[in-house]
Amino acid sequence: MSSRGRVGMICLITAEASLFAVFVVAYLYDLGKSLSGPSPGEVLSVPVLGTICLLSSSVTVALAVRALGRGAVRRSGAWLLATVLLAIAFLTGTATEWFRLITREGLTICPNLFGMTFYALVGLHASHVVVGLVMLALISVFAWSRALRPSHAERVELVSWYWHFVDAVWVVVLTVVYVIGR
Amino acid sequence: MGRRSRRDAAIAGGTYAMIPIRTPSIFAPASTPAFAIRELSFLVLALVMFIFVVVAGLTVYAIVRFRRRPGDDGREPPQVYGSTQIELAWTLVPFLIVVVLFLTTTRYIFAIETRARAANALEVTVVGNQWWWEIRYPALGIVTANELHVPVSDPAEPRPTFITLQSADVIHSFWIPQLAGKTDVIPGKTNRMWIDPRTPGTYVGQCAEFCGVQHAGMLLTVTVHPKEEFARWVAAQQAAAVDVPEARAGRDVFTSVACVNCHTVRGTPANGVFGPDLTHLMSRATLGAGVAPNTPKNLRAWVNDPASLKPGALMPAMKVSGDELDRLVAYLVTLR
Amino acid sequence: MSVLSPPFATPAPATVRTGGLARLHEWVVTVDHKRLGVMYVVAGLAFFVIAGLEASVIRWQLAVAGNSVVSPQVFNRLFTVHGTTMVFMVGIPIVFGFANYLVPLMIGARDLAFPRLNAFGFWAFLFGGLLLYFSFLGGDGLYGAGSAPDVGWFAYAPLTERAFSPGNSTDYWNLSILVMGFGTVATSINLIATTLVMRCRGMSLGRMPLYVWMMLVVSGMTVLALPPLSAAQIMLLLDRFLGAHFFDTQAGGSAVMWQHFFWFFGHPEVYILMVPGFAMVSEIIPVFSRKVIFGYPMVVAASLAIGFLAMTVWAHHMFAVGMGAPLNSAFAASTMLISVPTGIKIFNWVATMYGGRIRFATPMLFACGFLFQFLCAGLTGIMLSVVPFNWQLTDSYFVVAHFHFVLVGGLIFTVFGAIYYWFPKVTGRLLSERLGRWHFWLFVVGFNLTFLPLHWAGMLGMPRRIYTYPADRGWDLWNLIASLGVPFQAAAVVVFLINVGISLRRGQRAGDDPWDAWTLEWATASPPPPYNFETAPVVASRRPLWDLKHPDDPDGPHE
Repeated sequence: MSSRGRVGMICLITAEASLFAVFVVAYLYDLGKSLSGPSPGEVLSVPVLGTICLLSSSVTVALAVRALGRGAVRRSGAWLLATVLLAIAFLTGTATEWFRLITREGLTICPNLFGMTFYALVGLHASHVVVGLVMLALISVFAWSRALRPSHAERVELVSWYWHFVDAVWVVVLTVVYVIGR
Repeated sequence: MGRRSRRDAAIAGGTYAMIPIRTPSIFAPASTPAFAIRELSFLVLALVMFIFVVVAGLTVYAIVRFRRRPGDDGREPPQVYGSTQIELAWTLVPFLIVVVLFLTTTRYIFAIETRARAANALEVTVVGNQWWWEIRYPALGIVTANELHVPVSDPAEPRPTFITLQSADVIHSFWIPQLAGKTDVIPGKTNRMWIDPRTPGTYVGQCAEFCGVQHAGMLLTVTVHPKEEFARWVAAQQAAAVDVPEARAGRDVFTSVACVNCHTVRGTPANGVFGPDLTHLMSRATLGAGVAPNTPKNLRAWVNDPASLKPGALMPAMKVSGDELDRLVAYLVTLR
Repeated sequence: MSVLSPPFATPAPATVRTGGLARLHEWVVTVDHKRLGVMYVVAGLAFFVIAGLEASVIRWQLAVAGNSVVSPQVFNRLFTVHGTTMVFMVGIPIVFGFANYLVPLMIGARDLAFPRLNAFGFWAFLFGGLLLYFSFLGGDGLYGAGSAPDVGWFAYAPLTERAFSPGNSTDYWNLSILVMGFGTVATSINLIATTLVMRCRGMSLGRMPLYVWMMLVVSGMTVLALPPLSAAQIMLLLDRFLGAHFFDTQAGGSAVMWQHFFWFFGHPEVYILMVPGFAMVSEIIPVFSRKVIFGYPMVVAASLAIGFLAMTVWAHHMFAVGMGAPLNSAFAASTMLISVPTGIKIFNWVATMYGGRIRFATPMLFACGFLFQFLCAGLTGIMLSVVPFNWQLTDSYFVVAHFHFVLVGGLIFTVFGAIYYWFPKVTGRLLSERLGRWHFWLFVVGFNLTFLPLHWAGMLGMPRRIYTYPADRGWDLWNLIASLGVPFQAAAVVVFLINVGISLRRGQRAGDDPWDAWTLEWATASPPPPYNFETAPVVASRRPLWDLKHPDDPDGPHE
């Protein structure tokens, strides 16, 4: 913990964890309390492909950080691009799932507690994925434009920590929403 | 009278004479939960005052004894970095005090909260509304508003009242300090509390959780009756509305001006539930949950424009013109 | 032996841009922790005056029964905005503003870890605060206090749902605090990174000034406790704008859930406000008693314990909600437990004074006032932790008195003491002692006159947040006395502002170390140069300047 950036990112992750925890608590508390409307078991199916994409992206971003540390800027850029694509794949999966839920199953944020907590929690997570995606995309652009240098390795590592956190939150969301909740 | 009741009466008259009788002091209890709380509070106050005297005393001593005097030579005093024994002592002693206080507190919590429901207990349901109290006696078929009437609960022959608390809208809180601690009235949650008032009389309280514009105007009274008097009150309340032929013209106004949408008058077609039950309106001492005495003049002002007596009240101004208003009020004052 | 760069004169700035606009621009774009610290405190004091005026109207309305100075609608907006302002726009900015200024200096650093993030934090606070006050202009405009929020500073649901709070007043409350919250978390992250990584050589964690330790604990609490509030506020936004039902009880939502989330933030929040006060007196009392703090390790341990326990007591704000006997008991236990480390600190401070040579300059006067008043506050807190007693006292004026003793008698007193103590460092001039004494005594009299009787009013059954009360309840006298305290407090603040105004221009020049103190901020010029220290300090004990001044008896071997 010898650098400001590391401490700062750990604190940010802690704050975000606290934020997510409250939405998870709300989700668990409201489970089974919906007065009407579709229930989790009826409409949810585990997003296996999306999960694989997102968790793989943690691997690719770790490889990107390692490559940059070794001075292989172009290779790092390639791994970053892979991470970005995997993240986009995950988000596409979420988008299609939501489209199905809204148009076919009639699950929106309004009718019942399940829809409300589901979209709030998954949506909060997705918004964090978008933020991480933007940051990673920017860095991969820098890699390709050769503005990125090995001396930036630590900073890129910090962004990758944020990304790992986002993935860890997904594991929690997956468990709570798609496994326990259904 | 038993020794205890004589003492209570003496306290009510003597030591606490400086508190006017309508003051809902938590130190003038009349019901078991409030007595228990006062008992506990004496222990806590004694403890807290003891701690205050000791700590404040030491602080004053330090301030006075170790202040810099005029002839001071400017040298620094001996630097004392700490003392493990002293610090251990002043950690342990407070911790022990906390343990004792916690055990005592827990005993009282369970005693009050987990009191078993007596077979002969009176059951009342109180529904908090913005900004009035609906009071129902399910077993007796009575619905009234803002004034809770209960039988006295003589320690020799206890008859507690168990109150179920519900809310029709936002969070309120039911608080009659002389009878019990407060319990919140929460929409979507049913809370229960109990009182067993030992002395007849009227006890006042009010809503204790901010609930909107007229939170301050949500007063409560609990009237405690001796046994026979309570039975008479119940009978009077159970009767259908008084039907005075001269007032029928007013009753027609009542029905035509949409009063029936919100109010119930038992024995007539009026059975609205958004507003207070008016069957025995004139048996109540105040209007608008305590904002004005229940007189014909105030009643007229209220019906004409409730906001004139209680700004923000949810009952709309009925916009009834002079003659009709007179007839309407003439009808309402017959609802004894 | 410590090797410390001796105090030096302020070198001339490299470029001098004169003109008001240029100077204003400098302040607006600054990322310097000292400037931001000053901006935080000045803004906080400005809001303090405004919120104080709101309180004055409240006390005017309540001075007699059945009063009609303001309508119930205006009254409800007044107490809501008063509370919200005092917590989020006075307390938070002032305590974090002080930390901004002092922490880098105390640890021998050049600035905070993330200077631009620091500036972001300030502007987020300022704009959030302005957003809240903009609400007065909405709706009917200033008449009827516009669209200012009127749901109480803790905004219980479902009163805050659209059904019961139409219009936008609740949204102003929600959004302004949400924005300010981001800034506060950012500043806390900044302080943690600074404290853990940027201490000068020789300053291990065990040699940090107590002020820095306590601000570290405060920052940790903020990082954990503020996001839950943001989460609850996002949920409320979803309820109000997208038709969700988190707290909408008519659709199955839970009003109690709001309370749990809010108080999970709300209780640590009041420690976030008060612990910096402890931090300030932990520096002031030793210097004016001429003695090292008694039991430094225990004070640190107690602070850490408070930081941890503060996260476990939140539902003691909810004893009347009906959580059930087991939960009520559990939270009573944790609440009573937290009184132990808090009490310990009071003992450490008194033990520091004991055997000292106490000099009652204005900072020490305020510190002493704090000691007595915070003792009262802590003891009324213990009374409130006794659950059945709480069932009578909660939501009454007893609680109002309790928390004003904590936040005014405690925090504000320590803040005033801190201002008198560090003003010379920030400006290079001392505040007037004579005016300071007037300020202190007027405030002590006014504060106690207002808040002592309110304990009794609560015990006589007076609930809180009522815009008026009946005349036959026996509350009249106590309310009148309470209202009579207001002019004294107002006069005290006026005296204070005059003191600041005069002393900025004509105050006695302070030099580097006017109080003969021992921590690093006094080892550089007053005001410090932009880079704080010409060479990075190296320390060998908790009181580097004591070592310098007493080379024959340094602190090191005793610690």
